Amino acid sequence: MLPSTTASAARRYADRSQLPLQTFIVLAKAGFRRYSTYRQAAVAGIFTNSVFGFLRCYVLLAVAAGGGGSVAGYAGPQLVSYVWVGQGLIATVGLWGDTELATRIRTGAVVSDLLRPMHPVATYLATDLGRAGFALLTRFVVPVIVGALAFDFYVPRHAVTYPLGLISIALAVVVCFGCRYIVNAASYWLLDGRGALILWTATSSVLGGLYFPLRFLPAPIQTLLWVATPFPSLLQTPLDVIAERSTGADAIGLVALQAAWAVGTVALAALVQRRGERKLVVQGG
Amino acid sequence: MADSADFVVACRVGGGGERFRPYRMVMKAQLRAQLSYRASFSIEVVGGMIMTGLDLATVLVVFNVTSVLGGFSFRDAFLMSAVANLSFAAGDQLVGSIDDMRVQIRTGQLDALLVRPLGLLRQLVSTDFELRRIGRVVQGIVVLAIAAGLAHVAWSPATLALVALTVIAGTAFFAAFLVMAGTVSFWWIDSTEFGAGFTYGGRNFTLYPMTVYGQVFRYLFAYGLGFAFVAYYPVLTLLHRPDPLGLPTWIGWLTPLVSVGVCSVAAYVWRTGVRHYRSTGS
Repeated sequence: MLPSTTASAARRYADRSQLPLQTFIVLAKAGFRRYSTYRQAAVAGIFTNSVFGFLRCYVLLAVAAGGGGSVAGYAGPQLVSYVWVGQGLIATVGLWGDTELATRIRTGAVVSDLLRPMHPVATYLATDLGRAGFALLTRFVVPVIVGALAFDFYVPRHAVTYPLGLISIALAVVVCFGCRYIVNAASYWLLDGRGALILWTATSSVLGGLYFPLRFLPAPIQTLLWVATPFPSLLQTPLDVIAERSTGADAIGLVALQAAWAVGTVALAALVQRRGERKLVVQGG
Repeated sequence: MADSADFVVACRVGGGGERFRPYRMVMKAQLRAQLSYRASFSIEVVGGMIMTGLDLATVLVVFNVTSVLGGFSFRDAFLMSAVANLSFAAGDQLVGSIDDMRVQIRTGQLDALLVRPLGLLRQLVSTDFELRRIGRVVQGIVVLAIAAGLAHVAWSPATLALVALTVIAGTAFFAAFLVMAGTVSFWWIDSTEFGAGFTYGGRNFTLYPMTVYGQVFRYLFAYGLGFAFVAYYPVLTLLHRPDPLGLPTWIGWLTPLVSVGVCSVAAYVWRTGVRHYRSTGS
């Protein structure tokens, strides 16, 4: 077992001689560069996100047609924007996540993360923000353009929606990062973390608002999801803000709730990490 | 592997009833390995069932806010979803693990499979046979039974035969698309997501009556790629509903024929891919 006291001692010692913010920015830039090398994967991902954009968009528009042109407070063009901005956000927030940390825990490579002078949660967050930055410029922008060209796309009418939408996207990235970190860290206990990741993928997609707008659900369930779970903060909130399904004080309230979840999930990730370090056994060999 | 000596013998013997023995043995070893991480295995089975269950639940939620979708009521549309869902689940159980072939191509492990005196495709699907996908097949059967009970179908030996034929042909149809999607990685390593646009995309296309889709998109998926025959036309035939596009009602019986066509294309694409394969040299 790795003595966790040593790991945190090393971190404390190093903290004195480092400028954390500078390191954080350097790591974020490295994350951006790292993901910008996977160009083929980005093109393939954009293609598939767009195919699903068409599929989802036609189904939701057919639903609206059955309801006299609008459904659950969304007019047709708002649904279009809901679907296509959502398709762009899947990769930007990293909804389906990766297994990097889980794999490193299983193989024992996570030891080198623990020996670094920066807290592992901060290191991974910096890299993830860099990744999200690259995704925003590619995997977000292209599906939105495709949707805007192929359908009657709702363009936000209030100027405040643009900065608020961007803030909401940034917060969604952080909330999603915190959740994925916790799911990956389950490997400290489970070793094989694939099952946990599958459960996460399923829950986050449907309760985040990817399969259908959560506004389709009965009101009490909506409230419960928003307040008691981080899931609507992953997609539904930024989408409702950008499609202007929620405006004014409602929109600001939802984004504030998102901010609370961002702080909460990252704090929980740090706690889980501390507990996990005590549990970690690096296999010899 | 404890039976490795037997395995070599089995490979050499080849022919006759023993032909599939090596594949069976590899599969058995796989199953033992997969079942040894029990907790993880059960989570994966349940997780897989939840994943596909969610797509079906989405159909329910959609009909919760509207009573008619693309001219179809819930009962009729849900039968289409159920047929498509089971066909995909079964096809995915058969050959879904071909998804991992790109890893073997990248690492050069595929060379090891190519030098064996066994079929490459059969080796790939048996060595990576993933039992965790079975949960979705079982779930698919249950959902289809429920949907069949709900729909307004006059059940007879003929309609039952049509359902059975459709599901078997649909399984082969999706398996063919999964193989083709996997084959793309012979040319393009990071192609998994690209293929998913057609495999999972095709599955999602068939979950809803194709009358909901825009014309160009519908023509491409429904007729260009043949997805109209997975669930839409067979269910129209079951319901004795005329096709809005004017095709005769017996058109739903053609699914096996379309499936044979798609499988032939897949076989051709697969062989071209294998011939195109160049080792990474590592």
